[in-house]
Amino acid sequence: MEIGEFLREKVLAVQEYSILAWTAMINVFRRPFYWVDLYTQADLIGVGSVPIVILTGFFTGGVLALNSATTLAQFGAKAVTGELVSLSMIKELGPVLTGLMVSGRNASGMASELGSMQVTEQIDAMRALGTDPLKKLVTPRVLSTIIMLVFLTIISDGLGTLGGGWISSTMGIDLSQYFHMAYQSLRYPDVLEGLVKPLLFGFIIATVGCYFGMSTRGGTQGVGRSTTQAVVVSSVLIIFSDFLISQVTIGLFGR
Amino acid sequence: MSTTETVPTPGGPIGDPNAPVVSFEHVSIGFDGHSVLLNISFQARSGEMVIILGPAGGGKSILLKLANGLLPPDAGRVLLFGRDINKLTQAEMFDFRSHIGMVFQESALFDSLSVRDNVAYRLMEEHDNPEDVNRRVIESLKFVELEHAIDKFPDELSGGMRRRVAIARAIITQPSLLLYDSPTGGLDPITSTTIIELVMKQRDVYESTALLVTHRLQDAFTLATHRFNMKTNQMERIENDGVDPNTTLMILKEGHIAFTGSLVDLLRSKDPYIQEYLA
Repeated sequence: MEIGEFLREKVLAVQEYSILAWTAMINVFRRPFYWVDLYTQADLIGVGSVPIVILTGFFTGGVLALNSATTLAQFGAKAVTGELVSLSMIKELGPVLTGLMVSGRNASGMASELGSMQVTEQIDAMRALGTDPLKKLVTPRVLSTIIMLVFLTIISDGLGTLGGGWISSTMGIDLSQYFHMAYQSLRYPDVLEGLVKPLLFGFIIATVGCYFGMSTRGGTQGVGRSTTQAVVVSSVLIIFSDFLISQVTIGLFGR
Repeated sequence: MSTTETVPTPGGPIGDPNAPVVSFEHVSIGFDGHSVLLNISFQARSGEMVIILGPAGGGKSILLKLANGLLPPDAGRVLLFGRDINKLTQAEMFDFRSHIGMVFQESALFDSLSVRDNVAYRLMEEHDNPEDVNRRVIESLKFVELEHAIDKFPDELSGGMRRRVAIARAIITQPSLLLYDSPTGGLDPITSTTIIELVMKQRDVYESTALLVTHRLQDAFTLATHRFNMKTNQMERIENDGVDPNTTLMILKEGHIAFTGSLVDLLRSKDPYIQEYLA
């Protein structure tokens, strides 16, 4: 494939994605709104992801405490482990790792489900029966992912802090000191950053998953391709947007 | 077959009642630099069935999707009931589609919904009264003789049954226009005959306009030479070896219309391509 053709394809993909993402958000304010589908997706995406988020958050907090306490002990600063775990989880690792877990689980699920519907003409059938697939399929998924990822991130942050506390207690750090440091170190910009990120990450996960699903071509092989691409692209975009948000937050609030 | 049933009033035409139901005017479409349909022009009047034949990959399914506004043409106009569908907004097009029923090549049933929910789909989207929805679903399934499968899911059905459910889903609102995409594709001869009989019943009992795509010549011949008898509830040969005056055959060749006319015209054609196609 020539470079010109390659670039044209990518520009077209960005255009199509932008139109899908914009329409998905605008449809929130247009009738009909599919409340039942919103609740169903919130259950599948949110409640269904709770086990992996709990495990991820807990052990991430634990390994953070493990590594940081070991290093901090060299400087006689083991006592600030709580601050380090808390800030790292709430500002960065909680949102990003939760986003990546949900991306792996749900962006792939959306791409494969919508992709299967696309290649079996179910989406065309939906249009033929007078239903807008973007309103019925995409908007509920986007909105439910955005909402549920905030709660999942909060769960991850909480479990991460607990996991760090558990490991810290086994390393001779006083638990009350750990939790005191964890709480006292937090400032408004840290919490704001930690809650703004899941809003954007949820949007990325759902729109990318739905875009690759709806644009699937080529039968079952195409569905497999779309599923992989959805996870890869949404993961990369999460990492990239995390960098941007962190830059903006530091620029605005100095931390 | 079940006993004779009353004939409900079909969905009335919208737009201009005197215009052809479907009209293609110099329509062309292509993908990835390759032309699929070139300068296609034809019409279907109210109550007419146009059977579209041609080799595989000839653009027959694309033509149906153009008729339903699922694809926009690269050139030309597609008019439904006298209105250019490419000038309609998406919301207007969705309203328009309540007068069009489409049966897809692989049925395209929603596999996470039961037969009941599949057939009732359009009515549920319109938030009709649940009792009325149930009654109409049962009526529609009785038409295709699948009322016993109402609570099954698509993966529990055979290919023929799925096709019949797809027909029930398409006809539940008694649309003015029906689009059939290879309704007998991949089915055995006996099941294919059952499907063709249902298509014929819809044509003759409800007098809806239809575009039917098929690669099976025998389906076209059957539809053109038989009529559905409401009293016996079976199809029967038209008397004196006659042909149905409202059934037109159209053959596509390399994106163009190679033939359009009645079955009699087709059989009398001296065109070498047509003779080779019929051989």
